[in-house]
Amino acid sequence: MRKSALSDEILLSVQNPARYIGGEVNMCVKDPEKVDIRFVMCFPDVYEIGMSHLGIQILYDMFNRREDIWCERVYSPWTDMDRVLREKKIPLFALESQDPVKDFDFLGITIQYEMCYTNILQILDLSHIPLEASGRTKEHPFVIGGGPCAYNPEPLAEFFDLFYIGEGETQYYHLMDVYKEWKKEGGSREDFLKRAAQVPGIYVPSLYEVSYEEDGTIKAMVPTCPEAPKRVKKQVVLDVTDTFYPKKPVVPFLKATQDRVVLEIQRGCIRGCRFCQAGMIYRPTRERDLSMLKEYAEEMLKHTGYEEISLSSLSSSDYSRLGELVDYLMDTCGPRKINISLPSLRIDAFSLDVMGKVQDVKKSSLTFAPEAGSQRLRDVINKGLTEEVILSGAGQAFEGGWNRVKLYFMLGLPTENEEDMKGIAWLAEKIAERYYDVPKERRNGKCQIVVSTSFFVPKPFTPFQWARMCTKEEFLHRAYVVNHEIKEQKNKKSIKYNWHEADVTVLEGILARGDRRISAAIRRAYEKGCLFDSWSECFQNRLWMEAFEECGVDVDFYTTRERSMDEIFPWDFINIGVSRAFLEREWKLAHEGQVTQNCRQRCSGCGAAVYGGGVCHEHQN
Amino acid sequence: MNIRIKFRKYGAMKFISHLDVMRYFQKAMRRAGIDICFSEGFSPHMIMSFAAPLGVGLTSGGEYVDIRVNHAPPSAEAVRRLNETMAEGMDVVSFRLLPENSKNAMSIVAAAAYEVRFRDSREPVDRWQERFHEFLKQTEIRIRKETKRGSQEVDIRPWVLAYSVEDRSVSLLLRAGSVHNLKPELLMQAFCAWAGTELPASALQVHRKELYAEQGDGDSRNLVSLEELGEDIG
Repeated sequence: MRKSALSDEILLSVQNPARYIGGEVNMCVKDPEKVDIRFVMCFPDVYEIGMSHLGIQILYDMFNRREDIWCERVYSPWTDMDRVLREKKIPLFALESQDPVKDFDFLGITIQYEMCYTNILQILDLSHIPLEASGRTKEHPFVIGGGPCAYNPEPLAEFFDLFYIGEGETQYYHLMDVYKEWKKEGGSREDFLKRAAQVPGIYVPSLYEVSYEEDGTIKAMVPTCPEAPKRVKKQVVLDVTDTFYPKKPVVPFLKATQDRVVLEIQRGCIRGCRFCQAGMIYRPTRERDLSMLKEYAEEMLKHTGYEEISLSSLSSSDYSRLGELVDYLMDTCGPRKINISLPSLRIDAFSLDVMGKVQDVKKSSLTFAPEAGSQRLRDVINKGLTEEVILSGAGQAFEGGWNRVKLYFMLGLPTENEEDMKGIAWLAEKIAERYYDVPKERRNGKCQIVVSTSFFVPKPFTPFQWARMCTKEEFLHRAYVVNHEIKEQKNKKSIKYNWHEADVTVLEGILARGDRRISAAIRRAYEKGCLFDSWSECFQNRLWMEAFEECGVDVDFYTTRERSMDEIFPWDFINIGVSRAFLEREWKLAHEGQVTQNCRQRCSGCGAAVYGGGVCHEHQN
Repeated sequence: MNIRIKFRKYGAMKFISHLDVMRYFQKAMRRAGIDICFSEGFSPHMIMSFAAPLGVGLTSGGEYVDIRVNHAPPSAEAVRRLNETMAEGMDVVSFRLLPENSKNAMSIVAAAAYEVRFRDSREPVDRWQERFHEFLKQTEIRIRKETKRGSQEVDIRPWVLAYSVEDRSVSLLLRAGSVHNLKPELLMQAFCAWAGTELPASALQVHRKELYAEQGDGDSRNLVSLEELGEDIG
């Protein structure tokens, strides 16, 4: 029988002990004596969230295909287990072997959102691995980070030995080979890092030095050795069809957030919304082959037993063979009572038809993400969704029996004025009015419109990376304006308004565009007890603010400061293909309210074409 | 066709809650390609019901789930197919056809056999084996039992149908099911209270051995395992 790192007594004393025992269907077990590399992959949040992440499933499958590597998993112990592990000094362990993380060769951490940074420190701490990379010896694993937040790794630079910039399917095997060679030769830790730095996409923060101007901005960031490249190039999978994808993903016992087969139909997005980081860093847009998707859908359903399959992408409607794929899935899944879920669809005749077929209209709601309340501001952010399209989509939906609509907006976008804010309420009102235009006998009771606003956080590698962020007070004022205006509307009883917390947004803003100098504050916040910051019941803003103050971090410098066009950003050393010149151009066009066409309409020369694939080269064969 | 599946739950699987076991078996049916029936309606669900929930922390050699299928493969093949996709610590023992119109497992459970062991150095009193005999020699054991409507005093002695004390453990045959259900933890708590002490936290290791249905009438008792009510499909 498999061993257990924890006694029954401990497991019975915590919530959801199934988070810590492993043993799930499709888990990979190997003989540790027969592998050369032990890799443990971490999602620094609670098990049910981490197990919902597709990226780890892809990499888990990819690593385990190699006989010389055993890849395992670890997630953040919830606060109850955290206390037990500290009290009893039990080192954090991987789920599969239940062996301590500290004995592995690599600890890979996917960094999906800023609010998990203290959880990363928890993982290191509970694993008994020194928090700072500089404190680690040959006895410790190499800690490597990846994922979207690795596109500005600087706030975490002190805590990681390496970062992987880009998609894991491309260079990990190469990196593992470099590691094996180094291990055989028995060099120093620094020696490996220097070798790793030569692998495309690998960034070793300790091999760079940053100097600052008097005003606190970056003067220069330079490699301190010849092995480290001046710029690190994002790695992308060009052929997203003939690549790694799991046919047998691990199936948790606990109900994960994503409790279904996830079929990623494409990577990247052609739209170019100016606030959206994913839309830039995953360029160029690449579609998977229809035949591959059909085969994988079938295999994954068979090997997992899930009763639902979800298509995943940033904008499913832009997948060129969506109709055929959906038809196929409806034909094969319907008779087997397998549900199909289609998130991120544009609302139009096609999608309404499909949704009408695959879901219960009475129970489901329609989602629109106009992101801004006025056409003017939607042009600024390059969200190509017009009021006419929204109203006609809503109208068709109402005629089809829907009566619930969700609307998502952002507040605090660059150039936003009061009209834009009020426009949110007006748009919601127009949708409600459109509903009551439907003859009474064909209506399905009252309509419910739920308006949600989040606060805008400027992100690296977007045209808005130069933007000044609002203060907490400014954000809350904007939410107040929207709330007040909604109350003034005729159909106010049909409109519900939710807004996001402002404290946590400000923190996200600091971490998103932070530099190396905020590492100390992250550590301080963690030491003060900050953990699970993305969970509102755990988030402690006061402790974070104390940490910034004690570490001499000026919050405004990272959030509300106006940045000059020629400022060197902490993330400028990364080359994502999309050029800074393009982002600058887009920033200027935003201020002129000029829209940029999407990648299929017209190439806007962003630079991603250098990769030689995807949408950039679609019609050139 | 109604099918009764018997399965075991052991090792780390004892930490999987009843709700998750139910979800697990739904997926297992699909993985094994069992042609299970669905309910009608817009959100159809599998026709599947479990005999008796097993608490978190308990292992079992005799758990049951009843399903309805359109078509059933031979028992040996069904067991093999299910076990090919099972997680370690959860495996199918039998897959048997029930007679027409038989009642579902949940409604017929009448007794359960357990083996209860004190974990090392968690024995509540000295010579606990002897004391346990004395305890059960009483004709009446009244305890306060928490119910949905508050607490109520009940006599649990009649619910202990049989027992035997071994060196390190006790075997118990207890009333189970929807009418009277005595959990071994409750009995052991009552024992400790009677012996003038308290049952230490997580002192017990409980293994459910079997679930039984009552086949006798009136005075004569005839307990048969749920498995025996079905027949192997050849």
